[in-house]
Amino acid sequence: MNGLGLAQVWVYLAASPLLHLFATLLAFIVASRINRWAGGTPLLHPVIVAIALLIGFLLLTDTNYATYFEGAQFLHFLLGPATVALAIPLYDHRERVRRMLWPIVIGTLAGVVTAVVSAVGIAMILGADPETVLSLAPKSVTSPIAMGIAEKIGGIPSLTAGLVLLTGVVGCIVGPWIFRLTRITDPTIQGYSMGLAAHGFGTAYCFASVGAVAGAFSGLAMGLSGLVTAFMLPSIVHLFGF
Amino acid sequence: MALIIGMSILLGCQFLGEIISRTLALPVPGPVLGMLILLIGLMIRGSVPASLRTMGEGLLKYLTLLFVPAGVGLIQHFGLISREIGILIVTLIVSTSVTLLVTSQILQRVANRTGSSREGKA
Repeated sequence: MNGLGLAQVWVYLAASPLLHLFATLLAFIVASRINRWAGGTPLLHPVIVAIALLIGFLLLTDTNYATYFEGAQFLHFLLGPATVALAIPLYDHRERVRRMLWPIVIGTLAGVVTAVVSAVGIAMILGADPETVLSLAPKSVTSPIAMGIAEKIGGIPSLTAGLVLLTGVVGCIVGPWIFRLTRITDPTIQGYSMGLAAHGFGTAYCFASVGAVAGAFSGLAMGLSGLVTAFMLPSIVHLFGF
Repeated sequence: MALIIGMSILLGCQFLGEIISRTLALPVPGPVLGMLILLIGLMIRGSVPASLRTMGEGLLKYLTLLFVPAGVGLIQHFGLISREIGILIVTLIVSTSVTLLVTSQILQRVANRTGSSREGKA
């Protein structure tokens, strides 16, 4: 009797958006605890751990992604207004931009072109599928913008989301090493480069390990390079024949 | 009321951006245009309304949580990922390193020439 009751409850839960919305929040809380316990390493970033936990849960319960997304879409929807909200930190940094206008303009343009051309070029040389190439192209940009770009140019938004997260992890690992090797010590330059190449992960890293000035510049770079990439990427990719 | 007004401003800008992106068939995502519209609006107004700051900074604080649903979508691409895993890893590591290197070197040179990095340090 009891077993049958539980099965009925499961049938109800599995079809309702409640379960997967709740599971997403729960997975994120658990993932944040795991990350804190592991000393905040970018390798076990809460987002990556949460995604792994949820994928495991879906595989175990034999649930398809469409069913999961019915619950999770309420969170996913907020990416749109969150992207718009990036205008607030950009506005807060307007004085910094005015003071360092030329380095910022030239650095942003060069960085964005390098990020896109190197990703597309390397993936093409290695023989990736066109869909993979287009999903890799916006990898250095913050997820909400990158996913929007991938959707517009014919990439796979969810693949892009995963690649963006991995780019952030890679940036936090190689960044400090590159700065040491090339003797870049200025925190404004470290911050700006990290934000441009590794978006929010780079910004979080700078706030935690370099300092507040580096963090602020990193956040500025993340917003500006996202904006510039959204406008430039389609034409750059077009040059490669897409 | 503050959260409602703040959310309405954000959604209004996104809405306008989405309409512009679709009517003009622009390759730029609607929310990015919305961000540009909001930025221009803030510059004209000269300050950030308290309601908008409360809502906007709240959303940005939990931005990482919002990536999770899309990231779980990787479950649909296991085939593609396992087929191209080598390409993906090499591209991510090399491209990210090159981007960091080029950006930091260019910033260093331009800042040295214009001498403006001093102020940034202060």
